[in-house]
Amino acid sequence: MAVMHKSMTILLSLISLLSLCSLLPSSLAIASGSSDGYTINGRVKIPGFSLKGSGLATKASNVKVLLNGGQSVTFLRPDGYFSFHNVPAGTHLIEVSAIGYFFSPVRVDVSARNPGKVQAALTENRRSLIELVLEPLGDEQYYEIREPFSVMSLVKSPMGLMVGFMVVVMFLMPKLVENMDPEEIRKAQEEMRSQGVPSLSSLLPGAQRSN
Amino acid sequence: MAIRAFLLLLILFSSSYYAVALYEDQVGLMDWHQQYIGKVKNAVFQTQKAGRKRVVVSTEENVIASLDLRHGEIFWRHVLGDNDTIDAIDISMGKYVITLSSGGSILRAWNLPDGQMVWESFLRGLKPSRSLLLTPTNLKADKDNVILVYGNGYLHYLSSIDGDILWKMDLSHKGVDIQHLIHPEGSETIYAIGVSDLSQFEAYIINARSGELLKHSSMSFPGGFSGDISLVASDKAVVLDSSGSILVSISFIEGEIKFQPVNIANLVQHISGSAVLLPSKLAGMVAVKIGKSLSFIKVTNEGRLEAVDTIPHVEAVSDSLPFSEGQSGFGLIQHDGTKIHLTLKTGNDWKSHLLKESFKIDQHRGLVHKVFINNYIRTDRTYGFRALIVMEDHSLLLMQQSEIVWNREDGLASIIDVTTSELPVEKDGVSVAKVEHSLFEWLKGHLLKLKGTLMLATPDDIAVIQRLRLQSAEKSKMTRDHNGFRKLLIVLTRAGKLFAIHTGDGRIVWSLLLNAFRKSVTCENPRGLKIHQWQVPHHHALDDNPSVLVVGTCGLNSDASGILSFVDAYKGVELNYIAPHHSISQVIPLPFTDSIEQRLHLLIDAEGYGHLYPKNPEAISIFQEELGNIYWYSVEVNSNVLRGHVVKKNCVPEIGDDYRFESSDLWSVVFPSDSEKIIATSTRKLSEVVHTQAKVTSDQDVSYKYISKNLLFVATVTPKSTGEIGSVIPEDSWLFVYLVDTITGRVLHRMSHHGSQGPVHAVFSENWVVYHYFNLRAHRYEMSVIEIYDQSRADNKDVLKLVLGKHNLTAALSSYSRPEVITKSQSYFFPHSVKTMAVTATAKGITSRQLLIGTIGDQVLALDKRYLDPRRTVNPTQAEKEEGIIPLTDTLPIMPQAYVTHALKVEGLRNIITVPAKLESTTLVFAHGVDLFFTRLAPSRTYDSLTEDFSYALLLITIVALVIAIFVTWIWSERKELEEKWR
Repeated sequence: MAVMHKSMTILLSLISLLSLCSLLPSSLAIASGSSDGYTINGRVKIPGFSLKGSGLATKASNVKVLLNGGQSVTFLRPDGYFSFHNVPAGTHLIEVSAIGYFFSPVRVDVSARNPGKVQAALTENRRSLIELVLEPLGDEQYYEIREPFSVMSLVKSPMGLMVGFMVVVMFLMPKLVENMDPEEIRKAQEEMRSQGVPSLSSLLPGAQRSN
Repeated sequence: MAIRAFLLLLILFSSSYYAVALYEDQVGLMDWHQQYIGKVKNAVFQTQKAGRKRVVVSTEENVIASLDLRHGEIFWRHVLGDNDTIDAIDISMGKYVITLSSGGSILRAWNLPDGQMVWESFLRGLKPSRSLLLTPTNLKADKDNVILVYGNGYLHYLSSIDGDILWKMDLSHKGVDIQHLIHPEGSETIYAIGVSDLSQFEAYIINARSGELLKHSSMSFPGGFSGDISLVASDKAVVLDSSGSILVSISFIEGEIKFQPVNIANLVQHISGSAVLLPSKLAGMVAVKIGKSLSFIKVTNEGRLEAVDTIPHVEAVSDSLPFSEGQSGFGLIQHDGTKIHLTLKTGNDWKSHLLKESFKIDQHRGLVHKVFINNYIRTDRTYGFRALIVMEDHSLLLMQQSEIVWNREDGLASIIDVTTSELPVEKDGVSVAKVEHSLFEWLKGHLLKLKGTLMLATPDDIAVIQRLRLQSAEKSKMTRDHNGFRKLLIVLTRAGKLFAIHTGDGRIVWSLLLNAFRKSVTCENPRGLKIHQWQVPHHHALDDNPSVLVVGTCGLNSDASGILSFVDAYKGVELNYIAPHHSISQVIPLPFTDSIEQRLHLLIDAEGYGHLYPKNPEAISIFQEELGNIYWYSVEVNSNVLRGHVVKKNCVPEIGDDYRFESSDLWSVVFPSDSEKIIATSTRKLSEVVHTQAKVTSDQDVSYKYISKNLLFVATVTPKSTGEIGSVIPEDSWLFVYLVDTITGRVLHRMSHHGSQGPVHAVFSENWVVYHYFNLRAHRYEMSVIEIYDQSRADNKDVLKLVLGKHNLTAALSSYSRPEVITKSQSYFFPHSVKTMAVTATAKGITSRQLLIGTIGDQVLALDKRYLDPRRTVNPTQAEKEEGIIPLTDTLPIMPQAYVTHALKVEGLRNIITVPAKLESTTLVFAHGVDLFFTRLAPSRTYDSLTEDFSYALLLITIVALVIAIFVTWIWSERKELEEKWR
């Protein structure tokens, strides 16, 4: 096989075009060689490496980029760039594993017919990428947020309800009784006595003594 | 209607919590996570500068890690890909760790303080070769430190600042095997020496700046060479000839090659056995291992060989370490019973030694495999030495001043199999004082917790609360608990060592290096296979300790003889050891036990004979009764055949082995090799419990699950699509799945997925199977579910029939009756690649199940089985919604709170094991890879016990408040009554 220059560079980031120009020659230098593989270059961009709510701080050093379900694994350079070498032509899948972020896998087509042409698309929402810049679709919060203490939560708990019910009985019931017609109360009390329904006081120990 | 609405509300309320999520302060409460690195292959110390002393290691698990030299903790660690084996490591410029991996084709630089990758270079080459890495310290090209790499036949010269290739040179011609790269101090030339055609010594002299070949010389040695060249100085090397009895000293000053052969017998007296040249790099000498003893042979300036000494029983020799001007030393380790002796010698003065220390060592660590030495300057300006030792059980020890400073149990990074054992029952006799004390402590703890909930706690209090929760003595007790949370995990590692790990806090209760699994003359390549529960004493025989059976084989072939070892699960002692002559290809635990509750196991050898264990007459008699009912199947992946076997009734009396049984083939399913290839199989766990066969649907209908232990899920693909993702076009790729009855070989269900390919990961439970595969058309991963229902029982719905007893519910389910099954199936997209899958298991099988998915990111995701229900529709009816059917979506949702491993990673995840707890709602989950992770899960929340954060104090306060209120109201009411009476 003739020595062919079959490198594809799909790492143009709009934001850091300037810094890229200095990086491009080196990546081209790597890719030029006499073998049948291609090089996929890309970049992972995570907005602000700070993670609230999780125990571990995610660092760029803990991010892994995986090709075809772990066939090859690579890591990020400090500027977020990564590359896979010696990749055959065909359709590939790139996944990013970063604690705290959800990345969509990316479908990357490496074409053998017209070298240099690479297509990439997010598989989750079928959005095609102009350049291989991978950004998280969202943050991942691994923990439930503990709700701050509120009186309502205490009241809503079974014990709170118990206490609440008791308060209602203690303070509202007498009020209800007071609002009733004294005649009616007497009638009711007499009725109760005649039926032998014990009053609250008679239920309690020692109540009989007072009777 | 109101009830219905209420029910709906309840369901909606409960369904808003699909998975039981964790609060951040609950981390470590029920889970533990341990980080390991694996067996160390190479180590480089970084102790020159002030600051944190560290050692950088590369391991057999493809891990590169920086360890704290004081405590052995991991500063940072990276797990490289599975086929990205690390060939060499070094430190460049004192700030970069350089790793050469993937057969010398990937060179990476990592920042030493934090482990951030700085640069990565891909080195192309033509053919695989040895890979070498050299970081010359004083060779500066344009004020740049440089790195020399030989890999895949090419010599590369790179800048260590950014990994740029400055020049490269093809050294692959004529099949030369370059073995050493040498950079003589102070010169600008590089030597590359090697051997071609097994007898030709080659030396290349290369200009380091330009990459120009200055000189190439070669000379052939008539005797031929064997083994590797050992380098003794920058212009001298030693090698053995092809007979192994002559040492050849080679000098290649300025490319002038000179050989000086010497017979070993003339150098060393009383030799027996063949000589092996050790690969250790010693200054000015070589170490020759003859039999059990080690001879040190010095190479003089003129290139003559002189024997210096012969030391018996040397286990390991380190490379030599230059520590001061012109002085260098090396360490050697000798074994003596439970003690090991470390001796440090200098090459210049053999009589004296720098250091001689003895250490007492745990005998369950085995022999020393590797030693690395490092020096430091003591306060009195003398040199001190420390040694990093890799043991046979893959553990790592640091020794300094006659004591073990720290040790790491890195054997746990390569677990082969796991089983569990119950802890002993708590004996009575707990003192009252202890109870009172703990009651007081308990109350105090709960009051503190209440303070925490009421936001009254100071930061100190919060710290105390957190510590109290994490270090609860309850969870690390050595006795059985009521809920069955405390167990022993018994794990078998690749080194042949057993560990018992407490599930409460993850500590190692005992460890045992099995002698049977150590390399010996009779057993060249011992390898552990499986670990089974052998004897589980029941309640009436609680005095006996449970034991486990460890199964292994002696070689890599399938016909290598087996090893069986029986180990006490409480004490960690080997009870018995059998080395049978037959091989072991399958271990079948039978559902029978003998009178001392030893489980019967049938071991199938490579020829298809069954061997019964335990070997006692009682076992035979139990087995004879069940003889016709013992079936098993085998999957022959290479020939694409499934076979069913049965134990034949007649054993072979003429051989004289009553415990050997013949088997016969019952059925076989042959997949056509040109169109299908078996890639995955899955079957139900033998221990799985199913609560009910009936499934009541929302429209008051009953469907019966087809529950059989003898179902096998098989996935095949077209041969073209066995390769990597993207190597085939969707039109050429098919995935077929089968459900096969393993007794009759009947295919109950077959399904095809066009345009899909492997890898397939499947889990089989109850009457359903869930499998994960790759859909090439959508270019996404998919998960499918198949549920099987028994149609023959479907007509039992008639109440009249049930009343009159005309139903067939009590009929035994037999594989031989032709089953009328119907299957339901549905597929969904799943975003991630999967490494492994498991399903939760509970004691009675009542609790709903969750799938545990080990994702490519080394996390474990819990996914409710309700998401994989073939009855899901886009618009479920009201009744279906009440039943808990989720509206159909094309993708399975990933909720971050459903990650069992929360913000942690189980690096290098290999397997997930679920064990039921005694509490029905709860299942114990153990995930292992390079790391270990344990937690307990409640798939439908803990409906049968109070949660950890239940506030007892609040309950007590409420009760007290109620009692007070009762009395107050009583007094009030009495007073009122009195007033009434006075009126």
